[in-house]
Amino acid sequence: MGLFDRHAALAERYRTARQAGIDPVGVEMQRVLSPTEAIINGKRTILVGTNNYLGLTFDKSCIDAAVAATIAEGTGTTGSRIANGSYSEHEALERELAQFFGFRHCMVFSTGFQANVGTIATLVGEGDYLVIDADSHASIYDACKMTAATIIRFRHNDPTDLDKRLRRLGDAPGNKLVVVEGVYSMLGDKAPLKEICAVTKKHGAYLLVDEAHSLGVCGEKGRGMVEEDGILDQVDFIVGTFSKTLGAVGGYAVSNHPDFDLLRVTTRPYMFTASLPPSIIASVRQALRVVQARPELRQKLWHNVNTLYDGFANAGFTLGPEKGPVVAVHLPDVDTGLAVWKALLDNGIYVNLAVPPATPNSTVLLRCSICAAHSDEQLAHVVDVLSGIAQELGVLPREPLRAAAAG
Amino acid sequence: MTNDRATGQDDIFAEITKRLEPFRKGETPITLDTDITRDLNIDSLAVMDMIMELEDRFDVSIPLNVVAEIKTVRELADTIGSIRRPA
Repeated sequence: MGLFDRHAALAERYRTARQAGIDPVGVEMQRVLSPTEAIINGKRTILVGTNNYLGLTFDKSCIDAAVAATIAEGTGTTGSRIANGSYSEHEALERELAQFFGFRHCMVFSTGFQANVGTIATLVGEGDYLVIDADSHASIYDACKMTAATIIRFRHNDPTDLDKRLRRLGDAPGNKLVVVEGVYSMLGDKAPLKEICAVTKKHGAYLLVDEAHSLGVCGEKGRGMVEEDGILDQVDFIVGTFSKTLGAVGGYAVSNHPDFDLLRVTTRPYMFTASLPPSIIASVRQALRVVQARPELRQKLWHNVNTLYDGFANAGFTLGPEKGPVVAVHLPDVDTGLAVWKALLDNGIYVNLAVPPATPNSTVLLRCSICAAHSDEQLAHVVDVLSGIAQELGVLPREPLRAAAAG
Repeated sequence: MTNDRATGQDDIFAEITKRLEPFRKGETPITLDTDITRDLNIDSLAVMDMIMELEDRFDVSIPLNVVAEIKTVRELADTIGSIRRPA
């Protein structure tokens, strides 16, 4: 058996799609012009699939901070925090994040993926229980493979099912860690954190919330769903990323647990990876200040979420269950998904195509992520173009169903 | 089929078979030795859905690490049986 033979079915699907000139996983942004526009295939294209929720990748103050840090401290750290030393800026960012959330401890990781894998896989071990939402991100599933803890899945966003599963564990010895996400990346739906937290605490378990898609997006001060649902004082661990709202790359975990810092000498994805370069740390520190200083960006983001979600709903599309920074359009099958995605790109609109097994319930989704920097005109154009394509391909009836919208 | 299964695990086998019927390849019947992913037209997501239904039916949680090891209907039935009545 050849090295890649086990991937034969996947290889065939990928080859077929590419032969048809459709390659959603190989898009080249020839030139990125702004948070909402790039040149793709030589064409000026509206970006609606970047996770760049507040548009901070081009914020002048963040760019200036990154440039100044590069000039002052060089391009990279060339080593890990424990082996090669921390820069003062790493420590400053950790203090600022801890302060932002009102927690005592913070650790910065080199990616959000590593923050999840490292934190989760280290917190629980043999004899413990890791209880995860069924629709968890790949980084959470990979954490499951890296721990000797027993893994229990509960139905997506279902506190009753979580309650059942924690009850079944009874008084088994061992720590129990419940892991959920504040906002789920495929459908943009929010976790019912108040209920999940109550059930978790009732059974004496710990709660970890991944706020990758909710930092700067949800909560009065942008502190995520834990703030919006009022459980900041009860959640045990918050994990998040710098690669979405904060416009760079990296991850973090915060906690009040007195022994949290032990993770620094036990978590391998933290210990054996080069730390983030000065430019990244500087732009993230500045982006965190912008999140706090400019709540109007969050308001604009939600205005845009409403515009796109309502626009799609009025056009007759089937969408994710609630409004969120990700708006997902349901399509009937993978072939239709590929055709719609390609037609959108040919018309100068870039979105993400999500197909099974990465999607809940084997659905095919056009995943649109909204940016505060989108204009009303851009979003209206996206609704018009997608509606036209959907009618052309028979996904929507020829006449828009305005009267039956969102039904 | 052993006596133990006849007295204790028939209901588990029946519940599994009922849920796997729609995924049968042709007329081949589902037996204890049916390999769930190899002998049936079922994808991994449908397997996980079926397992969640069985967990509710028998009020057990089958750990994900255990699910990964289950290949046949017999192994699934035995797993549910052992969790339901710990030794």
